[in-house]
Amino acid sequence: MAAKIAYADVETGTELPAQTFPVDRERLVRYAGASGDFNPIHWNERFAKDVGLPDVIAHGMFTMAEAIRVVTDWTGDPASVVEYGVRFTRPVVVPDDDKGASIEVSGKVAAKLDDEARTVRVDLTVLSAGQKVLGMSRAVVRLA
Amino acid sequence: MALDQSFVGRSYPPTAPYEVGREKIREFAEAVGDGNPAYTDRAAAEALGHPDVIAPPTFVFAITFRAARQVTEDPQLGLDYSRVVHGDQKFVYSRQVRAGDRLTVSSTIEAIKSMAGNDILDVRGDVHDESGELVVTAHTKLVARGPESEEEG
Repeated sequence: MAAKIAYADVETGTELPAQTFPVDRERLVRYAGASGDFNPIHWNERFAKDVGLPDVIAHGMFTMAEAIRVVTDWTGDPASVVEYGVRFTRPVVVPDDDKGASIEVSGKVAAKLDDEARTVRVDLTVLSAGQKVLGMSRAVVRLA
Repeated sequence: MALDQSFVGRSYPPTAPYEVGREKIREFAEAVGDGNPAYTDRAAAEALGHPDVIAPPTFVFAITFRAARQVTEDPQLGLDYSRVVHGDQKFVYSRQVRAGDRLTVSSTIEAIKSMAGNDILDVRGDVHDESGELVVTAHTKLVARGPESEEEG
């Protein structure tokens, strides 16, 4: 593993650099194409409202993809992620305006798991419009 | 209508191989705005010890979710997919998916629960490479909302 963060250099409570990821309608269309998820709730406002949503919402998997970047940017090597799970608790609503929405992600080392394997548990906090959009957002990360 | 508990443990046959393309990885990385060079630059991936460019951690979902259609569209199970939302998602990696992988997915129904009028279905997707090695396991929780819980959205 070529993670640039050493296990010995972190402790429980160590904070990862927080990041904010913008999301607008164009990005959702791109993600739909790249992921193959063409559910119209992610691009068609009329359809989204018809099924009771406030507006078009981001793919949960898009939010999940953004959130882990706080970890992969921290370690440098995406393969440092050995486990990653989230709960989709609230949709990220993406209005059709110049700003769109943003996803704010912070993370901290919640536990050092295994001195031998050099793994830590990172807990992520993922917010949009001030509200938690992912719950139980955790990764097991192997450090150098 | 509650789903039949006897489906717990049911496994579905492995899917036809999905070949992971370098440009598909690039397209995905660009779509999520992730500039990590390990996704697009082979030399950068090699510097990290990978034989070729690797895929972002959640890339594999497109493959496992397609495979899970065997479950969600199983007429015997009778899931009303129009009421399904994605509840939880978890990946456990043996290694990162990389360009050139030919991946098959074997889906298994791990649990069926009924809670507050909703059906909750846990599907596990084991992703193997061409040599039969386990690459990643995807755990997907799907929630089929019952008619009475519609207002919760």
